[in-house]
Amino acid sequence: MTSAALAPEAHTVATRRAVSPGTYGIVAISIAVIAIMAAPIVLSALASIKTAADASAIPPHYLPRELSFENYAKVFQFQAGLATYVANSALVAAMTIAACLALAAPTGYGLARFAMRGKEIAFLILLAPIMIPYQAILTPLYLDFAKFGLVNTHLGLAIVHTILQLPFSIFLMRASFEAIPREIEEAAVVDGCSTWQRLTRIFLPLAVPGLVTVALFAFINSWNEFLAALIFMNRNTSFTVPILLVSVRAGKFGAVDWGALQASVIVSIIPCLAVYLALQRYYISGLLSGAVK
Amino acid sequence: MSTSRSFDQWRGWLYVAPTLLFVGVFVVIPFGQLIVMSMTDRSLLGGGKFIGFSNYVRIWNDSGFWGALLFTVKYTIVLTPILMILGFALALLTADNTPLKRLTRTIIFLPVVIGLSSSSLLWFWLFDEQVGLLNKLLVDLRVIAQPMVWFASADLAFWAVVISITWKVVGFGMVLFIAAIQSIDREILEAAVIDGAGYWKRAFLIIVPLSRRIILLATLVSAIGSMLAFDQFYIMTSGGPRGQTFTAVYWIYQNSFVSFRLGYGAALSIVLTLIIFVFSTLQIGLTARSEAQ
Repeated sequence: MTSAALAPEAHTVATRRAVSPGTYGIVAISIAVIAIMAAPIVLSALASIKTAADASAIPPHYLPRELSFENYAKVFQFQAGLATYVANSALVAAMTIAACLALAAPTGYGLARFAMRGKEIAFLILLAPIMIPYQAILTPLYLDFAKFGLVNTHLGLAIVHTILQLPFSIFLMRASFEAIPREIEEAAVVDGCSTWQRLTRIFLPLAVPGLVTVALFAFINSWNEFLAALIFMNRNTSFTVPILLVSVRAGKFGAVDWGALQASVIVSIIPCLAVYLALQRYYISGLLSGAVK
Repeated sequence: MSTSRSFDQWRGWLYVAPTLLFVGVFVVIPFGQLIVMSMTDRSLLGGGKFIGFSNYVRIWNDSGFWGALLFTVKYTIVLTPILMILGFALALLTADNTPLKRLTRTIIFLPVVIGLSSSSLLWFWLFDEQVGLLNKLLVDLRVIAQPMVWFASADLAFWAVVISITWKVVGFGMVLFIAAIQSIDREILEAAVIDGAGYWKRAFLIIVPLSRRIILLATLVSAIGSMLAFDQFYIMTSGGPRGQTFTAVYWIYQNSFVSFRLGYGAALSIVLTLIIFVFSTLQIGLTARSEAQ
C-alpha cells in the first residue's frame, strides 16, 4: 500500500517545497538513516566472509583483509550440519503455512458469508489465541505433546506456530472474502454451485493476494520463532535455525567463534529478506490490515 | 439465497468447525490444564498434589517475579515512546513517494522481517567489548575513550537491548504511521499551507492529531510485544548481571523449563495472562470500533 504511487495531486505540497533549501537537509538525513539502519547487516555480512582469525581479531577491523568462506564451511558442518537445520526450519514453516491456509480460508469464508446462529460463541473461541499469550500455555502443551510423541517433531512445533499465526490469518481471510462483491456470488448461486464450490471456484481465486499474505506471514514468523523452538526442539538433530544460532554461539569450550556466528546470522536472515523484498507489497498491506483495520 | 437461509445457519458452522476444534484442542484445553496445574505442586519428577492457591500466595512473596515484572514494565515504558516517536519522525521523513524516500523506507523496514534471535546475536557481537564494531566505532569517533563492557552492568545491558530493539522494530510503527499520513486528506494540508502554517505546525497540529487512533493502536501492539519480551534478553543478557535483567516471560521460563517447578510456573503464567488480558482487551476494543466506522 505504501509503495503504491499516490495520485499526482498528492504531491502539490511536496512540490511547493521542492526547491526550498530544506530538501538538501532531508536528502542528507535520509542517507544518514539508510547508513545507520543498513550498517549492522552489512558489517555482519562482511564479518562472515573474513577468515576465522580475522573475524575474531582484537581490536576488530571493519572490512575483511581477505575473502574467505571458512566461516560458512564451519557452519555447514556444525553438529548435524546446516542442511539439517535449514530443512527443519523449512519443513516446520511449510507445515505452518499449510495449516494456516487450510484452517483460516474456510473459517474466513464461514464468518464472512454465512448468517450463523451463535456466531458470538465462535468469535469468543477464535479470540482465545489472542487473549491467551502462547508463552503462557507452553508447559501444558509440552506435557501433552510429550504424551503423544510430538516433542522434537516438525508437526509439534508447526502446531504451536499455527496457534501463533491463526488469529491474523483468519482476520485477513475474512476481510478478503468480505471484499468480494455479492453479485459474483449470487451469479454462482443461480448456476447451482454448492457453498463449497463457491469457496473453491470463486472465493479462493479472487482472494489470492490474501492467501499469499497469510502464507508470507506464516513463513516469516515460523522461520523466526524462538521460544517454542527452544523448548520443543531440544535435540541437536531437531533444532531450527534460531536455535542453531544460539548453539553456534555457545560453541566449543566457551570461546565464541565470531566468524561462524555471523555466517549463521546471515544464513538465518537471507530467506526473510529475499521473501520480503520479493513480496513487499503483500507484506505491507498485511501488516496494515492486521494492525489497523 | 433466502431460500437456504435456515440451511446456512449450520453451513457456516461447518466451515468454522475445524478451526474451533484446533483452537479448542491446542489453546483452550491447555489453558484449562494450566489453571489446574497452577493449583498443584507438580514438578518434572511428578507430584501434582492439589495445593489450592498456595502457588499464588508464593508469587505474592516472590521478589524475583516482582523484580522481573517491574523490569519488564520499565523496559516497556522506556522502549514504547522511543519506538513511537522515532517511528513517527521517520514516517514524516519518508511519507512522500520519491525514489529516495521509498528506498529509505525499505531499508528502515528490513530489520522488522528478520528474526529477533538473529538481530540479538548480531547486536551481541556489535556490543562485544573485544571484537564489537560498535565499540570500535565509538572509540574511533572519540565518543568513548575505550571499549565499554555493555553486559556487565544492568543499566548498560538494558540500554544495549533497547538500542538493538529500536533498530529492529522502529520500521513497524513507521509503516503504520506512513499509512496514516498518506490517508490524510491533502486538501486539509494544502489549506494549512495557504493559511501560512509551517511544516512543523502542520505536523503537530494536523498530522499527529489525525493519526491518533493509529498511534494508539501501534502503541498497544508495541507495548504487548515488550511486555512479553524474552528472546532478546535470553540471548543478549541471559538475565544477568546477577539476575537483574529477567523479564516476566523469562522468569516463567526459568521456573518451568530450567527449575522444572511446573505448578508454580503455571501460576506465574496465569498472572501474566491476566496482565496481558488488559492490554489485548483494549486492542480488540479499538480494532472493533474502527471496523464499525
